[in-house]
Amino acid sequence: MADASKTASRTAGKTAGKSVRKTTSKATSKPASSKSNLQATGEELLKYYRDMLLIRRFEERAGQLYGMGHIGGFCHLYIGQEAVVVGVEAVKKDGDQTITGYRDHGHMLACGMDPKGVMAELTGREGGYSKGKGGSMHMFSKEKEFYGGHGIVGAQVPLGAGLAFANRYRENGNVSLTYFGDGASNQGQIFEAMNMAELWSLPVVFIIENNQYAMGTSVKRSHSETHLYRRGASFGIPGMEVDGMDVVAVREAAREAIDHARTGGGPYVLEMKTYRYRGHSMSDPAKYRTREEVEGFREHNDPIKRCEARIIEGGHADAAALKELDKDIKDIVKGAADFALESPEPSAEELYTDVLA
Amino acid sequence: MARMTMIEAVRSAMDVSMGRDDSVVVYGEDVGYFGGVFRCTQGLQQKYGKARCFDSPINESGIIGTAIGMAVHGMRPCVEIQFADYMFPGYDQLTQEAARIRYRSNGDFTVPMTVRMPTGGGIFGGQTHSQSPEALFAHVCGLKTVIPSNPYDAKGLLIASIEDDDPVIFLEPKRLYNGPFDGHHDRPITPWKNHELGEVPEEYYRIPLGKAAVRREGNDVTILTYGTMVHVALAAAEETGIDAEIIDLRTILPLDFDAIEESVRKTGRCVIVNEATKTCGFAAELMSIVAETCFYHLEAPIRRVTGWDTPYPHSQEWEYFPGPKRVGAALLDVMEAA
Repeated sequence: MADASKTASRTAGKTAGKSVRKTTSKATSKPASSKSNLQATGEELLKYYRDMLLIRRFEERAGQLYGMGHIGGFCHLYIGQEAVVVGVEAVKKDGDQTITGYRDHGHMLACGMDPKGVMAELTGREGGYSKGKGGSMHMFSKEKEFYGGHGIVGAQVPLGAGLAFANRYRENGNVSLTYFGDGASNQGQIFEAMNMAELWSLPVVFIIENNQYAMGTSVKRSHSETHLYRRGASFGIPGMEVDGMDVVAVREAAREAIDHARTGGGPYVLEMKTYRYRGHSMSDPAKYRTREEVEGFREHNDPIKRCEARIIEGGHADAAALKELDKDIKDIVKGAADFALESPEPSAEELYTDVLA
Repeated sequence: MARMTMIEAVRSAMDVSMGRDDSVVVYGEDVGYFGGVFRCTQGLQQKYGKARCFDSPINESGIIGTAIGMAVHGMRPCVEIQFADYMFPGYDQLTQEAARIRYRSNGDFTVPMTVRMPTGGGIFGGQTHSQSPEALFAHVCGLKTVIPSNPYDAKGLLIASIEDDDPVIFLEPKRLYNGPFDGHHDRPITPWKNHELGEVPEEYYRIPLGKAAVRREGNDVTILTYGTMVHVALAAAEETGIDAEIIDLRTILPLDFDAIEESVRKTGRCVIVNEATKTCGFAAELMSIVAETCFYHLEAPIRRVTGWDTPYPHSQEWEYFPGPKRVGAALLDVMEAA
């Protein structure tokens, strides 16, 4: 299967326009219906629902705290994209690494990092993962194998390949899950990393979160090839386009890509077609897109609503139970926000620790 | 003890480190099969295999970026950038990733990576094969920067760099690879085998980062310098007959503040020599430090001798290169000052 897909993409360059897009049901560019044949158990769906909702509520709260002046500087919200990281995390194994760019709060929560520590980092407090010195874009967790949190667009991608090199060198069977956005996919160092990854057969999955806008520049206005799953084609890396608004579709695509990498097949490119509801950052009113476009995703293609529909249709939980779950999550987020406001600022002396050994 | 060139000493350091620790890997452009453009990695692939010494594509950002990823995951990569001038595509990775990960991970992750680069001029390389970019690394908090001036130091410092838990930029003055070049380009080069610092133990030893060495003791003036300019300074002292104390800094970050202060307070005069361009070069930082810490001990203004504020020229290279004549003039100048 993996070999076949590789062959397909290897020939893609020669047969331009003939579809590298994997022609399985999950590879459609249209949103998959919740009635699709992608199966998940009630228990799984409830977990994904909970994990996505935690990210959504956390981000909403972060937005509020920003508006109230408790968070300063930069704050890039993940609202709308929750299915991507939750679906990938669902098939991650112990020891697999996660590394991403600056829109990273969702990845940290999905990795199991403590919402209190993440929120307190946003408010720049001592209780934050980086003791307040890193901020929104710069957090790490050794315990959760989370390698950041990187503020320079695309700079984390060669590191992701390096993590994969260490996996291969140590023969530990782990895979590096390297996330970046559609904007980052134009950075030169991504191509360097892809070439090295395929050349050295590194276990890395390049996960392009295509939310369709690099800040205010649409993919159409910045990419000569708008099918980003083809980014690896010239290196011989297979790619797949995925409905990134369907957590189960994401999970199944990630499963295939991760298996490919873990079993010696080398890297894989997943293009997650997704959408962010908020602006690029807190200062972005997002005037480069229409209200109708945003509402279309919110109303008809929301990853949490789609998961909810699956749950209700499958009879796995009723609306009252989901409401109860939402209340529990809001309590967790409130606890994180309280902690983030109560934790003291780091001392000035702290600024000089961890510069060098 | 063996007699080694700086090339052989650097190679021996990598050999010893690879032999002691299998987390050490060596790679870069033409580093594996070919053995490196200056032959520094010759034989390492045959000895340790292609998994541990290998060629990379020509992509400095990718080389440094992957090395950072390996390093945060517990490996100790020692990578080569073929010329220091080629590091600029990787400068983003060095400054924004390697230098910062310890800080922003709250000490959870460190980057035990060494990036070797041949530096400096004197080989008619022109503006893209002759630069001395050390100040660009020292200016970034979170990187260590090492510049040896001889084979013995090169080996001990490189082993210490590879074993260091922080990212180290290891600059190898390429004009010193084969001998202690003192700026007299018109004379035949003295090979390292005729120099006491070309005597290098074959086995493991370390020279700690952050410790300067006194290359010549003296009482009249302190010369602060590093790399190729150590030998230029020695020649200038001899030719002018001025009793200069020559401090070879060996690492510019961490810097041996004690050695600087002790010597300048003793001599009361200070000349600083670096090969790089003048404006914002590391000499400027050294002048500030001396002014801040030794001002009341100074009997003359501090002088610096540096490359010109021009791109490194192909023609008139020995005008640009701060040779013993220019250093000697600065020594005479500070001695004449009241």
